[in-house]
Amino acid sequence: MKDTVVRRPGRVVAAGMAAALLAATAAGCEKDTAGGQTGTGEVRYPTKTVQLMVPAAPGGGWDLTARTMQKAMTDGKLVDQSVEVYNVTGAAGTIGLAQLVSKNRGDAHHLMVMGLVMVGGVVANKSPVKLDQVTPIATLTAEQEVIVVPAASKYKNLKQLMDDARAAPASINWGGGSAGGTDQILVGLLAKAAGADPRAMKYVAYSGGGEAKAALLSGDLTAAVSGQSEFKDLVASGKVRALAVSGATGVDVGGGSPAPTIKEQGYDVELMNWRGVVAPPGIDAPTKEAVTALVDRLHSSESWKSALQKQGWEDFYKSGDAASTFFTSENQRITTVLTDIGLG
Amino acid sequence: MNVFGDLLSGFGTVLSPEYLLYAAIGVTLGTFVGVLPGIGPALTIALLLPVTFSLDDPIGTFIMFAGIYYGAMYGGSTTSILLNTPGESASVATAIEGYQMARRGRAKAALATAAIGSFVAGTISTLLLSLLAQPVARLASTFRAADYFALALLAMVAVTALVGRSVVRGLMSLVFGLFLGLVGIDALTGQARFTFGTMELLEGVDIVVVIVGLFAIGETLYVASRLRHLPEHVHPLEPGSARHGWLTRDDWRRSWGPWLRGTAVGFPFGALPSGGADVPTFLSYTYEKHRARDRAEFGKGAIEGVAGPEAANNAAFSGVLVPLLTLGIPTSATAAVMLAAFQIFNLQPGPQLFDTSPELVWALIASLYVGNVLLLLLNLPLIRVWVKVLQIPRPILYAGILVFATLGVYAATGSVNQVFMAYAVGVVGFGMRHFDFPIAPVILGLILGPMMEVQFRRALLVANGDLSTFVTRPLTAVLLACAVLAFVVPYLPRIVARLRGRDSRDEPKKLVFAEDD
Repeated sequence: MKDTVVRRPGRVVAAGMAAALLAATAAGCEKDTAGGQTGTGEVRYPTKTVQLMVPAAPGGGWDLTARTMQKAMTDGKLVDQSVEVYNVTGAAGTIGLAQLVSKNRGDAHHLMVMGLVMVGGVVANKSPVKLDQVTPIATLTAEQEVIVVPAASKYKNLKQLMDDARAAPASINWGGGSAGGTDQILVGLLAKAAGADPRAMKYVAYSGGGEAKAALLSGDLTAAVSGQSEFKDLVASGKVRALAVSGATGVDVGGGSPAPTIKEQGYDVELMNWRGVVAPPGIDAPTKEAVTALVDRLHSSESWKSALQKQGWEDFYKSGDAASTFFTSENQRITTVLTDIGLG
Repeated sequence: MNVFGDLLSGFGTVLSPEYLLYAAIGVTLGTFVGVLPGIGPALTIALLLPVTFSLDDPIGTFIMFAGIYYGAMYGGSTTSILLNTPGESASVATAIEGYQMARRGRAKAALATAAIGSFVAGTISTLLLSLLAQPVARLASTFRAADYFALALLAMVAVTALVGRSVVRGLMSLVFGLFLGLVGIDALTGQARFTFGTMELLEGVDIVVVIVGLFAIGETLYVASRLRHLPEHVHPLEPGSARHGWLTRDDWRRSWGPWLRGTAVGFPFGALPSGGADVPTFLSYTYEKHRARDRAEFGKGAIEGVAGPEAANNAAFSGVLVPLLTLGIPTSATAAVMLAAFQIFNLQPGPQLFDTSPELVWALIASLYVGNVLLLLLNLPLIRVWVKVLQIPRPILYAGILVFATLGVYAATGSVNQVFMAYAVGVVGFGMRHFDFPIAPVILGLILGPMMEVQFRRALLVANGDLSTFVTRPLTAVLLACAVLAFVVPYLPRIVARLRGRDSRDEPKKLVFAEDD
């Protein structure tokens, strides 16, 4: 829900133009764009400005992640070069993805923030560029999802809701963020786990948290799915009831005590809206290691840790082979479920 | 009580030097464009949209935009009175009596009654807006997808049927807008439509590009094409010598009634989804003429005929803001452009806006009061300066607009493709002006179309495909019935004439209210 696509082209351009200018100058001075070789054979990285692409508008979850990374890298003196963030908006990040693959091939100084929403976007938008074309570096943070119903709803727990979803799918109106995004993926996974037909789930997509909230309160929706923080105020004021969260352990979503997880209620579903970072294709192994080492240092920095705390992000760090494996498995799982829903 | 607390905090925000400056820039710019014929508030705000991206301050931006609108209304009256050339369609009614007054040497009185009338109407209607906004927003929070669909349909039908001389032309403009709105990723399924396999179109057609193309580039091409037929300079009447005072006791006596009645007509009409300021100005004029004791004076410079319409067009703007802020439904071209501005700042006008951005909403409302005071100060003493503005040669003026529009689109999108697109839309806009197609329905189609489609499909999805969902709830049914009425009403004169057995050719074809916003 946080990573919904918005049109906010202004600063994109300013940053984009600055980035293009810098890239051009840098390319002129230096032939080896993948990183310099030191005498010992180890790759020195970064040797010039690191360009961090946010494939969404300023202000969203990806943007915040990138700017936090930028701050942590510069504050902690992890790099002696500068770090720049620029935005390429559109289509669940797939436009930025296409740009990274086509324009920045082999250039390890271009990195892109991405996440689960992009995995879904590639499938749902039938993007010509796939995620397996990029070089995975690491996953960084994650946020749980929450399933809520209006206070007056007859559903007191997830099981009642899913029983009806199986027996009479037309009676339940699910709502959440954009089509093919985290929220719809969760509905699909949940339906499969409960033995219901994912394709029969009626999912209504909204462009932002505010719209889905209004629709839940006006009576259009039976249940809404969103990032865990989105409904905090309504849960706290007693207007909606949280039925479940999607992580491994329950978290407080406004009710004062941790909400039960989906697993605790008998369905084998765990879904985190994770965010990570990738590099363009065509990066050789030593360079990839150097980039990964930088992100490792970022993750263990004090600045990053305090940022996690402040933003309420869960630490969800996987790098190197663990990251590659995770990317592949998520890609498979999401593609399958979206195909089951009928979006693939 | 609560409203006044909120409003006070709004004043607290606006009365900072920074926001006062935004308000002052807005009203000055607004008066400037209001004075210039052909350049309206919609175009001005459209040109400023790209600039505001870098401001990064929604409150300041909207304070400025509101100032532009009010300023344009004031400025429009100046040219109507001194030049008999209404800068805005909403000032057409003012020109009828105002110019006659000026010819009789009473220009100052006409300008004064227009300015003070605008001030009175602006203040009263802003007060009404403050009181009404929250109850309407509360009502709107019970709106469901089917209701929003009906509302969007009503807005679309009403505006298209009432704007322009021909329903067919209006509908064709609307369909063009609707088509542009379809391009891009479908919100409900995530599938690409009409993108022809290009990445550039995945995000849809940028509304800023269309607005700048249609209004700025289209208008410039149109003026250029007719330049030889237009005088390069204009010759306004002098505002009058110092000997003639502003308003006499008798003028005051004759003005205050029309001011209040103009407000009473303007505000609700602005709020109706057929809105804009044009219709109420004519209604006000007609009404004042009807109830005047000395009807013979009308047409020769009756002050009532200036006071009423001028009050009405200012009151209408506060009215326009009611559905815009509480429902996210634009009822005029200017409102449509403002809605685009909200979306640029990632703000969704609607019932939630009062919860999510109370500071913005109340600062905007408070800025309307402030803007009214600023305009009164700006207009009465400076009328001579504004008259000078009219003497800018047209080629220079429009060349400037074209440069500004091109730079603006490039700055906003960072893409040469988008600049080409804006020019393509501009050529279409030129053609539309040349063949007398209204422009506003395109913008409304582009904004309301996707909203209508998505809400329609959501409503059907929720109701399991049962179409009766649009008639079973009383609210939805009433809104849809209004939409049908709005479509039929303009034809009533012809239908009545037919029923009476007269030859319809002798009768007016349909009620024509005004050309554009």
